[in-house]
Amino acid sequence: MKDYVKGLRHGLPIALGYLSVAFAFGIQATMEGLYPIQAVLISFFNVTSAGQLAGLQLMAAGGSLTEMALTQLTINLRYALMSLSLSQKLDDTMTTPHRLLLSFCNTDEVFVVASQQPGKVGKAYLYGLTNGPFIGWVLGTALGALAGGLLPKSVTDALGIAIYGMFIAIVLPPFRKSRQVRFVVLIAVAMSCMFEFLSFFSFISGGFRIILCAVTASALGAWLMPVPQEKTKEKETEEQEALNG
Amino acid sequence: MNWVAFVKYLLVMAGVTYLIRMLPLAAIRGKVKSPFVQSFLYYVPYAVLGAMTFPAVFSATGSLTASAIGAAVALVLGWMGKSLLAVAAAACLAAFAAGLLLP
Repeated sequence: MKDYVKGLRHGLPIALGYLSVAFAFGIQATMEGLYPIQAVLISFFNVTSAGQLAGLQLMAAGGSLTEMALTQLTINLRYALMSLSLSQKLDDTMTTPHRLLLSFCNTDEVFVVASQQPGKVGKAYLYGLTNGPFIGWVLGTALGALAGGLLPKSVTDALGIAIYGMFIAIVLPPFRKSRQVRFVVLIAVAMSCMFEFLSFFSFISGGFRIILCAVTASALGAWLMPVPQEKTKEKETEEQEALNG
Repeated sequence: MNWVAFVKYLLVMAGVTYLIRMLPLAAIRGKVKSPFVQSFLYYVPYAVLGAMTFPAVFSATGSLTASAIGAAVALVLGWMGKSLLAVAAAACLAAFAAGLLLP
């Protein structure tokens, strides 16, 4: 119960960020000709921003089901990497049924927050962590689909930066403390900017770019400055203290 | 949208997304031994966050100036170690104010 509440607390900023991002998705879905309930169903069963947006565009354009499958595979393949990384942090309470259920909600933000926990994480914490964001995501979509037109554009625009503010708040304390993390993050950012600004790379889709950046930067980091396991644990604890303090 | 077409799209979309997330988590039980892979997996979340935030944050609000101001506020507060919610809210407020005040 204590772990569940701790998870809920950690999930709250994600839930608020999702509320605003999903709100924008809800507005867009109804503009593309979906019923509000269809927009909500998409959010309920997918729980992923970039993939849903691409899926919505394909639906509106009448794309084929093969296209839909390949698009989702490319954009969302990064989750396989995250699930792989998360699989190393799970404790014994995470039996198969819980793995099957919780993997459903393994989003970028949930993964990052769960990875920041010192030591192992269990099912109570993970249910707490995912419940808020899931509700925020579905509720935000419903609100956007039903009432999106009512809010001034200046407000919905500003809400778009919430999720990035959260990312920045997660990464900066360890970035400040650890030379290795700085090295890896700067490489990933440099690559990501390169993909964005050099038109030569425009054939690589957004989700795939993230995979390329993350794999290259993490592999370089692991090769040039590997973190011994005991060190990793200490670091995680220190970083956690820095995060909380 | 027509329900028959919609449900087909939804099933493919949700099915593919779920399998990608579920298979590694359900299949991998053991602890990875290799120090390289361990370090690699330790770095992945930071690399993912960096790549997802930059340069995307600069187009987050529809105005480059407002987004840059919001991002700058987030960077300063994040550097100071403020909580996730405080940083996110301050970034939104800064971007909102910048959107109103600047052309």
